[in-house]
Amino acid sequence: MALVDRIGSGMEGLGGGIVLTSVDALVDWSRGQSLWAFAMGTACCAMELIASSFSKFDFDRLGTFPRPDPRHTDVIILAGTITEKMKPAVRRLYDQMPDPKWVIAMGNCTVSGGIFYYDSYTVVRGADTFLPVDVYISGCPPRPEALQDGIIQLRELVRMESIAPGKRRERTPLLPGAPAVSASDADKGEQ
Amino acid sequence: MNYEDLKSRLTQLSPKLSPLFSQEFGDAVIGVERGALMATARELADIGFDRLGMVTAVDRGAYFVVVYRLHSRSLSTAVFLKTRAPRDEPVVDSVCAVWPAANWHEREVFDLFGITFTGHPDLRRILLPEHWVGHPLRKDYEDEHIIRRPDYI
Amino acid sequence: MPLEIESRTSIESEEGLPVEELVVNVGPSHPSTHGVGRVVVHLDGEIVVRADPVIGYLHRGIEKMAENRTYLQVVPLTDRLDYVGSMYANWAYCRAVERLADIRVPERAEYLRVIVCELQRIASHMMGVGASAADTGAFTMFIYAFDVRERVIELFETLCGARLTYNYVRPGGVSQDAPEGWTDDVLAFCAAMPEQLSEMDTLFFGNTIARGRLKGIGVLSAEDAVSWGASGPTARASGVNWDLRKHDPYSVYPRMEFDVVVGERGDAYDRGRVKLLECYESASIIVQAISQMTRGAYKADGLQRLITPPAGDAYDHIESARGSLGVYLVSDGSPRPYRMKVRSPAFCNLSLLPMLAVGHTLSDLVVILGSLDPVFGEIDR
Repeated sequence: MALVDRIGSGMEGLGGGIVLTSVDALVDWSRGQSLWAFAMGTACCAMELIASSFSKFDFDRLGTFPRPDPRHTDVIILAGTITEKMKPAVRRLYDQMPDPKWVIAMGNCTVSGGIFYYDSYTVVRGADTFLPVDVYISGCPPRPEALQDGIIQLRELVRMESIAPGKRRERTPLLPGAPAVSASDADKGEQ
Repeated sequence: MNYEDLKSRLTQLSPKLSPLFSQEFGDAVIGVERGALMATARELADIGFDRLGMVTAVDRGAYFVVVYRLHSRSLSTAVFLKTRAPRDEPVVDSVCAVWPAANWHEREVFDLFGITFTGHPDLRRILLPEHWVGHPLRKDYEDEHIIRRPDYI
Repeated sequence: MPLEIESRTSIESEEGLPVEELVVNVGPSHPSTHGVGRVVVHLDGEIVVRADPVIGYLHRGIEKMAENRTYLQVVPLTDRLDYVGSMYANWAYCRAVERLADIRVPERAEYLRVIVCELQRIASHMMGVGASAADTGAFTMFIYAFDVRERVIELFETLCGARLTYNYVRPGGVSQDAPEGWTDDVLAFCAAMPEQLSEMDTLFFGNTIARGRLKGIGVLSAEDAVSWGASGPTARASGVNWDLRKHDPYSVYPRMEFDVVVGERGDAYDRGRVKLLECYESASIIVQAISQMTRGAYKADGLQRLITPPAGDAYDHIESARGSLGVYLVSDGSPRPYRMKVRSPAFCNLSLLPMLAVGHTLSDLVVILGSLDPVFGEIDR
C-alpha cells in the first residue's frame, strides 16, 4: 500500500473521521482548482478546445492547463469523433493516466456519435461504450464557455474523492430536489 | 475554352483522341477501354496535361467507372478521362508512372472499392484499418455496424 | 492494429560496429501532429531514412453517408470536412450542385460568398501559421495568430450564429442575409488586421531562431509540386504560379484585383510566409467586394427544398486555404446524390511528406508536417 493510503486509513480511525474529512476537503478543493487536462482533440471540437485555452476564453484562470502527455494529467477531454481505428489508441492513453482520473466527453460525437450516428461504418457511437465518462458536454461544437462550465461541474465529482482507499463521499445534488448521489451509485459508473 | 474549341485543339494535337470525346454538363470527357488507358494517359501527358487532380470510381452495378480529372496549365483547361472495369474483374493499369500524384489516390480507390491497380508501387489500404474486410463504398457493402438513416425527406 | 514493419539491422557504421535502424512511431496522438495522423519514421541515428504517414484515424465515411442524404442535408456534412474552413468547404459542394442542377446564384449571394470565403481564408491561415510556429516552439505566435482568428469567428457568429461549423453557404445562395452594420464591422476588421499581421511577421518570420528552424527545410521543387498534385500555398511557395481565383476564375473573382503570392525556394519558411502574405490580399479582396456589393436577393428564385438534378456527373472546385478543393457529384435523377467524392488538397499535399522528409532530422520532420498544413477531417473524410 502506498504511503498516502496508509495515512488515509490511519486518519479514518482518528476522532470519528473528522480529521479525514477535513483533509479530504482540502485535497479535493485543491485538486479541483487545478485539473490538468489531456487534450485528446481528434476533429472539429479540438478547434474549440484550443480556442478555450487561449487568450479570449482562457482556461488557465480555472487552473486547467492542456498537457500533451497523459501521465501528467487528471482529466482527459475527448474532443472530436472517435473512429474504430482510433479507439485502441484512446483507450491506451486513458489507461496511461494515473488515478484519480476523470473523463469529459466534449461534443455530440463523443456523447452519442452525433451527426455521424447514421450510415457511418467506422464511427464509435459515444465514448461511453469503452470509457467511463463523467461529464457530457453536448454541442456541435460546444462553445468554449460550455467546456469551461463542464470543468466547473467536474469539481463536484472531484469532491467525492477521498485519500483513504476505497472510500467515497456524498455528493451534493446539483439540481434542488434531486436525490443525493451516494458512494455506491458512484461505483456503478466505473468499469 | 469551350467544348468545341477544346475538342478541335486536342484532336489537332493528337488525332488518336478524336473518337473518344463526349460532353457532359459542359465538361469534356475522354472515354477509353481499359487496354488503351496507359497509351491515352501518356498521350495526354505529352500534350500538356501535366497535373492529375483526382482518381476516383463510381459503382454502376455491372461495372465500375474509374474517373480521372486532368488539368493542363499551358492549355488552361481540364478534362475527365474515364474507363470501365467489370465487376468480376476489377483490375486497371496504374498511371503512377505518368503522374506520380496518382499514388495515394489509387490506394484510396483500392481501399474503398477494391479495384486493383497493376503496376502500383505500394498498393495497400490507406483510410481503413489493415484488418478491415470489405470495400465500403461499393453499393452492396454489408455491415452490421451501420444504422441506416430513416427516410426523412 | 500495429503496422507490420521490417527494421533493417544491416547498416554498418564506418568503424565496423553494427548499427540498427530505429523505427519511431509519431502519433496518432502527439503534441505536434495537427490532428490525428501517424507517421512511422525509420531513423538512422537522428536522420530520417523513410517516413510513412498512416492516415484514416478520422475516416468517418462521409462520402458513403452522403449517398443517403438529400442534397441539402449533405451541406452540414461538408462543414465537418475541412473544419478549419467550413465556409469554403460548403461552397465547393454547392458549386458542384449548382452545376448539376443548373441553378443560377444571384449576385449579392456571390459577393457574400466571396467575402466569407476570404474571411475564412484569413482564419485558416492564422491557424496554419500559428500551428506551424508552435511546432518550432514559438507558442506565443500561436496565441497571437489565434487572436486574429477569434475576431473572424466573432464576425461569423454575428452573421450566421455559429462559431465553427456554419452551414451558411447553401445550394442556390446563402442561408441568410448579412445583418445591418455587419459590413461595417468587416471593414473595421480589415483596417485593423494588417498592423497585427506585420507585427506577427516581424516577430516570427524575422526571428533568427525561426529562420534557422524553417529555412532550407523540406524543399519542394516546382516540377515535383506539379507532378505530385500539390496545390495552394504549398505549391505557390515553390514558385508554381497557379491560383484558381486568378487562372481559372469563378464566381465574381474576375472583377477583383489582387496579386498571387508566389514564393521562391519552396522550403517551410516560404510556405509559412506565403500564407501570411495571402492574408493581406484577402483583406483587399474583401474591401473590394463590399464596395461592389449591391442590395438584392441572397438566394436563388424558386429553389425547391428537394433539389432533383438530372442524371449525370459534374465536378467543380474552388481555391481553399489549402489548395484546390473539388467536389465530384454523380446524380441518378433522384433527390439524393449517387456518389459524392471530395478532392481534398490536404490529402495530396500530405502525400509529399515521404519525399520531403528524407535526409532531415526528426525535429525537422515535425516542422515539415506542420508547414504542409494538414487538416485530418479533410484528408480522411
